[in-house]
Amino acid sequence: MSRDPEARLRVLVIDEEPIRASILEEGLLTGGDVVVTRISEMHDLLARVAAIDPQVILIALENPSRDTLEQLLQVSRDGTRPVCLFVDQTDGAQMQAAIDAGVSAYVVDGLKKERVRPIAEMAIHRFNAFARLRRELEDARSQLADRKVIERAKGLLMRSRRIDEEAAYRLLQRTAMKQNKRLAEIAQSLVTAAALLDETDP
Amino acid sequence: MTVHRPPPEQAHLRIGFIPLLDSAVLIVARECGFAEREGLSLDLVREISWANIRDRAIVGHLDAAHMLAGLPIASTLGIQHLRVPMVAPMALGIGGNAITVSTPLYEAMAAAGLRAAGGPHASGAALARVVRQWAAAGRPPPILAMVYPVSSHNYELRYWLAASGVDPDRDVQLVVIPPPLMVDALETGRIDGFCVGEPWNSLAESAGAGHVVATKAELWPLSPDKVLGMRTDWAERNPNTVAALVRALYAAAGWADDPANHEALAELLARPEHVDAPAACFRRALAGRFGTGPEGGTHTIADFIGFHRYAATFPWQCHALWLYAQMVRWGQIAHSAAAAALARATFRPDLYRAALAGGDAAIPLADSRIIGGTTEPMAVAATTGTLVLPPDRPFDGTVFDPDRLDAYLAALDAGALPA
Repeated sequence: MSRDPEARLRVLVIDEEPIRASILEEGLLTGGDVVVTRISEMHDLLARVAAIDPQVILIALENPSRDTLEQLLQVSRDGTRPVCLFVDQTDGAQMQAAIDAGVSAYVVDGLKKERVRPIAEMAIHRFNAFARLRRELEDARSQLADRKVIERAKGLLMRSRRIDEEAAYRLLQRTAMKQNKRLAEIAQSLVTAAALLDETDP
Repeated sequence: MTVHRPPPEQAHLRIGFIPLLDSAVLIVARECGFAEREGLSLDLVREISWANIRDRAIVGHLDAAHMLAGLPIASTLGIQHLRVPMVAPMALGIGGNAITVSTPLYEAMAAAGLRAAGGPHASGAALARVVRQWAAAGRPPPILAMVYPVSSHNYELRYWLAASGVDPDRDVQLVVIPPPLMVDALETGRIDGFCVGEPWNSLAESAGAGHVVATKAELWPLSPDKVLGMRTDWAERNPNTVAALVRALYAAAGWADDPANHEALAELLARPEHVDAPAACFRRALAGRFGTGPEGGTHTIADFIGFHRYAATFPWQCHALWLYAQMVRWGQIAHSAAAAALARATFRPDLYRAALAGGDAAIPLADSRIIGGTTEPMAVAATTGTLVLPPDRPFDGTVFDPDRLDAYLAALDAGALPA
């Protein structure tokens, strides 16, 4: 089935985070009749926006070029004032959702709200998915680091107090509970203290 | 303190700021115990762009923020964005920014007759000659950056250009760049000049990327730049918190304005979690010391920045109306008596007075005054005797009478400003 290219929605994604940009692009493409262009480079923004001629721009909230973009949109369109999608007077809740997700979107011509809303919802959803992904990755990293430091602390206790592995672990656990701290924190302070006391390794 | 103060409704506040010299009052309030003394703990959130400050204030991520003086007015009027009523119960200082041009543009201006430390008249005239030369040679117009469409920087730059015979919408290209990115844009030649708050002008000078050709204090003495801004509904729900915050910031402003504390203040601002720029730049800016051009001389601009002197924290309603008049002048909003009244009421001297009542602060009794009405020092009636302010006439000699707004706007339409 051939599609009229004019009917497709032109979406520009501006993001310095390549992984998030591609997650966003994929999501938008599976969502329907959309042409997505991605840019990360902010130089010469006006010329590039003019060449791409997007109807919707999605940009990360924390992107430092958001002020620049807003002003460009205000001066570059004669007569038609751009509308910020998430600042429609009735859309306070959606704007809150967008800000929580870290996404900001700008509608650059008189596009119907019904066409833009699914795009915006997809963007919020995808930004959240990316944030979750990154959080999980960080959690996994810190768990691995925790395990390593606990192993080292156990080894130190086993050598200096001549106890077995299980007793060393229980000792760490009891101390953590008594001091109301995480096991990994107690292990880390033991490893740090041992390094300070060890003359061969200042 | 002998006056009984009701406790704040909300003791822990999230306050946004942009890394600039004039975020000093907020930083000092937290770091030097002034907030704590009023029963407040401040969580200062650094943002990179004014759009972020605006959006986070609107949805309630921030309780209050370091705002461009025009921002709460624009938000109340719904200029270029959502209409969300905001108030400014106090200003965060006077002055504090400057116009810097790149070294190549400075050289062109020098060739067009600009002498060292020529002041805003001479630099404006030199720029006008360069603009005409470039146009005649078929070169694209200079690109000048400011920080936000409703910033005092935008209005100041446009005021200076227009008074110098340069049309800000036709003879130059104006772009927006957030303050921390200005120096890089100038160094890499993407822009030819900018108007921004300190320390970014001093940093450009010390990097050899540009030269200051006009300061806000020369263009319009005693003029406002940043305010403490917040949503009106939040301020109404938390009157005691607002009052406590105003008192904390008023005391912090007094500390920050004292030259005896400037060394400590420069170190405080330089910290990575605050503005993250060399302390030397803050020392120079606090003293108002700028370069005079490529020969390497320096000169001092009187009252380049003030945090507390001359009622610097008082939210003058004539300042709100002056900003509103510039919004009308440059086509950001159509003038109406209703819009002017809303703009004026965004600045809240009543909240300021209520917060500081019973203390020893000298607070102006009037909400408004004529700007530039005299070239002599002005005596302003205050709660404790009289305040004497230096003359504040803008550099082009234009007087702004807030009660004759229509005449001012009509004169702008006719292409001339009332003297």
